[in-house]
Amino acid sequence: MTADDVAVDQRVSPLELWRAEFKALPAGVRLRELAFLTQLSLRLVPESPAVAAVSEALGVALPLEPCSSAVAGEVTVLWLGPDEWLVMTPTGDGETERNLRAAVQGHGAVIDVSGQRTTVSVSGPRARDLLAHGCSIDLHPRVNHAGSCVQTHLAKAGVAIWTRDDSGTDFWVVVRTSFADYLARWLVDACVPHRQDPQWQ
Amino acid sequence: MTNSFRTSTGGRVNRELPLSFQFDGTPYSGYAGDTLASALLANGKHDIASSIKFGRPRGVFAAGPEDPSGVIQIEEPFPEPMLMASTVELYDGLVASGLPGQGWLADRPDPARYDAVHHHCDLLVVGAGPAGLSAALTGARAGARVVLVDSLSEAGGSLLGSTEVIDGRPALEWVESVTAELDEHPDVLHLQRATAFGCYDDGFALALENRTDHLGGAADPDDTRQRVWRIRAQYLVIATGAHERPVVFNDNDRPGIMLAASARTFLHRFGVLAGGRAVLFTTNDSAYAAAFDLSDAGVTIVAVADSRAQVSERLQDGCVRRGIALHTGHVVSGTDGDRRVESVDIAALTGDNEVGQAERVAADLLLVSGGWNPAVHLFSQARGRLRYDDGIGAFVPAEDLEQGRAVGAAAGHFGLADALRDGASAAAAALGPTATAAVTEHQVDDLVEAPSAVLWSVPGSGETGMAFVDLQRDATTQDVLRAVGAGLRSVEHVKRYTTIGTGLDQGKTSGVVTSGIIADALGVGVAELGVTTYRPPYTPVAFAALAGRNRGQLLDPVRLTPTHVWALTRGAEFENVGQWKRAWYFPREGESMDGAVARECRAAREGVAFMDGSTLGKIDVQGPGAGELLDRIYTNMMSTLKVGRARYGVMCGADGMVVDDGTVIRLADEHFLLTTTTGNAASVLETMEEWLQTEWPELRVHLTSVTEHWATFPVVGPKSREVIAALVPDLDVSNDAFGFMTWRDAEIAGVPVRIVRISFSGELAYEVNVSAWHAMAVWRAIAEAGRPHGITPYGTETMHVLRAEKGFPIIGQDTDATMTPQDLGMSWVVSKKKEDFVGKRSFTRLENQREDRKQLVGLLPQDPSVLLPEGGQVIETADLPEAPVRMLGHVTSSYHSATSGCTFALAVVRGGRDRLGETLYVPMNGTPVPVTVSDTVLYDKEGARRDG
Repeated sequence: MTADDVAVDQRVSPLELWRAEFKALPAGVRLRELAFLTQLSLRLVPESPAVAAVSEALGVALPLEPCSSAVAGEVTVLWLGPDEWLVMTPTGDGETERNLRAAVQGHGAVIDVSGQRTTVSVSGPRARDLLAHGCSIDLHPRVNHAGSCVQTHLAKAGVAIWTRDDSGTDFWVVVRTSFADYLARWLVDACVPHRQDPQWQ
Repeated sequence: MTNSFRTSTGGRVNRELPLSFQFDGTPYSGYAGDTLASALLANGKHDIASSIKFGRPRGVFAAGPEDPSGVIQIEEPFPEPMLMASTVELYDGLVASGLPGQGWLADRPDPARYDAVHHHCDLLVVGAGPAGLSAALTGARAGARVVLVDSLSEAGGSLLGSTEVIDGRPALEWVESVTAELDEHPDVLHLQRATAFGCYDDGFALALENRTDHLGGAADPDDTRQRVWRIRAQYLVIATGAHERPVVFNDNDRPGIMLAASARTFLHRFGVLAGGRAVLFTTNDSAYAAAFDLSDAGVTIVAVADSRAQVSERLQDGCVRRGIALHTGHVVSGTDGDRRVESVDIAALTGDNEVGQAERVAADLLLVSGGWNPAVHLFSQARGRLRYDDGIGAFVPAEDLEQGRAVGAAAGHFGLADALRDGASAAAAALGPTATAAVTEHQVDDLVEAPSAVLWSVPGSGETGMAFVDLQRDATTQDVLRAVGAGLRSVEHVKRYTTIGTGLDQGKTSGVVTSGIIADALGVGVAELGVTTYRPPYTPVAFAALAGRNRGQLLDPVRLTPTHVWALTRGAEFENVGQWKRAWYFPREGESMDGAVARECRAAREGVAFMDGSTLGKIDVQGPGAGELLDRIYTNMMSTLKVGRARYGVMCGADGMVVDDGTVIRLADEHFLLTTTTGNAASVLETMEEWLQTEWPELRVHLTSVTEHWATFPVVGPKSREVIAALVPDLDVSNDAFGFMTWRDAEIAGVPVRIVRISFSGELAYEVNVSAWHAMAVWRAIAEAGRPHGITPYGTETMHVLRAEKGFPIIGQDTDATMTPQDLGMSWVVSKKKEDFVGKRSFTRLENQREDRKQLVGLLPQDPSVLLPEGGQVIETADLPEAPVRMLGHVTSSYHSATSGCTFALAVVRGGRDRLGETLYVPMNGTPVPVTVSDTVLYDKEGARRDG
């Protein structure tokens, strides 16, 4: 085993103790922690000459519309603010970070924030109903489409919610690591009254 | 006497499903679909409560939430006070009792679940009567997202209590077909037992759904008992109907006196006869339907007293046909009876607004109708303007809302045809052409009604007996006149003087009547006087429902550090630091807190100890303007910091007061990483962003929170160097190679880490920073490497003792918003070279230079076993003088020092630094305890231990 393998083997994700609870939920919702996604904070003014190079490095045009996102292969780019994006990728080889840093050079910043947040996949036919217990944003497919990314509160935790389909059944909830346990507890508890609900089975 | 006042057939109750319940200790039975009120009346039980001030017997006055008098307490299954019998749906096993105006709260936690759901729609329709159903159906057919909420157990609204016909069929068949069609639209949410109780800006409305009570023991115990729906609507249709209004007369509060339409509702909806022998007192046509229907159902209608001089032929015929004596130009001037109305006084209205000699008739039921008040509560909450309509003696909506409209009876349009048309056209107005096309015309035969009379109070009321305006508050006409006599003119003032309208019914039957009585007394128009403000909630909402799931473990987020589970398994005690749960101390089996802290302190001072300091705020600062920004934010110079080094810094507000402190390390020319105190992580970032964005946009800097990306583990104590050396064999850890306030990148357990030579204890110490993913791996590696040296985990309490022994203040504990760096004895941290920084100009203010400012000093109790209380006041004399006592300051931190074997404290004291060596006093339990003022550093004053 190389040092890298040892390191990977020893990682602990914020919600690993919630796996069993997530599995026991009614079938209408599926919760899964997408642990260990590499996350990079990309800071750049949108007028920057580096935008083109950054887009090239990402493999997709940097999304400039508020509350939008872009996907290139396994790389996801979430718009978080006028000069802030969260770049997420499951690969941990540092290549995306190196390429981005080279592209940004001097015009902005690329910061490894992989440990700052974790990601919870919330999916299933009742996913939207579950989120509606604590999120005031309208996630109905009529108004909320695949690719939207909103920063809001889910219960009392600040989160980014990324919509992944056009039927309101697939979301990523990105939450600060220290709030993850609270949010998991809240999500699991929100399902309790629906245990006997036939629509949630 | 079981259901002896129940009709043999009819009503919406399910006679196949009898329910048992208890009231005031007596067992009764009712049916599924009953309310507690209807079930009691079915059993002939009218006298159910007593009034708050006078203890007068009170009964069910109305069939809905406007009832001011049928106030009950639920005893079982779970105590709930102050409910209206008319709004409590009956369930098997219910135990309730009547209240004397006040109830009692449970003495145990509520086991039920409460939650909330956010919902968005194009059209929110409140009320599932004819107008609301018509609006919802039109919206649904147009493909809109519709929410329909209604407070009753089933849809229909006023149609449930009447015999209306729509398109040649009983109206309830139409209701059934509409709800069935609504069910088929996936984007229509139709909630019964859901009361919209608040309307706010921008189409935001709140509704409370009762979900499980009516199921009794069959309810899923996990299910939500009550749910608050937080609805955001593009358009609001208020189809809330109208409340019948009483007329005030003497002794108008006896059980058996009831609003006319409510008695009709009890008949048609519940199959309940509210009495056997009734009198109707009315000012309008609508109430005749109640008298006629009750008569047809077998109730003897002794007489109708109509205050109007003339009544239409249709109504006259109806009376004649049923053998009802009709007295036009008559009123009810009083009643008599013991626990219930037994007789009614009917008298003629004379020309000069007086009443003639009364004729007494025996009756056990008195139906009253003074007209109708549109239920404009939600409309008014949503800032809709009202106007007074002389013709009906009520306030009606004067306009459409920006994004909504009142329809049907809520708009003062009382006919069924109006209601159906109103609802559909409101939906069409909201949704446009597709909805307009969906509007359906209906065939309805509305009767033409003659004009109503407006009569607030029967002449002479209250002059000899008691005439109640607000039954719940026991407030009478005399109370209103007394208020007016005292000079009050505004309805709002009279309300507060008399308490009218402040009960749980919020004056639904008394509000407009009060305005009318005041207007008559003052000789002004009701329009001019207005009506008191309508505020949420429309009906009472339990705090439990509003709290929802924000209780227990979910009351507030609990933020956890990466080592939380490890600390938990080590038996740590935790303390709350803001939302963070931090390890406080790690007691061994049988060890006290003092013992544990003393042991942890000893380990840090004599051996090696480690803690989780991950809660420190961390902000990544990058960009060409980074150094300049930090120079402007901190009081000291940061731009001169060399890459590879660290510096302590203090931040002040514009007022020169310390707001935060921490360390800054320079990672590269244009790249810094700073730490903040745990509690100020978010506010420091926000403040820096604010300065950057609003005052210094020319600086190109990006600020990024990395608080939770980095776990931070201080390794502290004389043996810490050996531990770090063991962890990172390649690193030269000698003081020369890795000096104080420098940092190195390294690798522990195959994981990249950043190690900073920094100390918050005065001891040789290293702060290991690692990505949160690998935090536990590195934490375990530290524990393992430290094992030969007896490495000891410590918590926040030990951290506090160690820092206090060195006189390091904690911002927010030893400071408040009135301490400058100079007050803290930290003039050295304020740059004299920098042209400007936040707070600088304030240091030259005279006030900030006074020599008697409170300054941070140490206090040593002269009896070294006395632990001063934090917050204890510092005074000058050994004897407690007469109050007021001059306070010199207060104790901010106080601990046992294991190292020095004594207690010690930090305090802020007026002119404290000029008092070093003086004896001052801190009163404890009234006895001043002598203390010696010292400098703030108790331990290792020369700083010899820092480098090991």
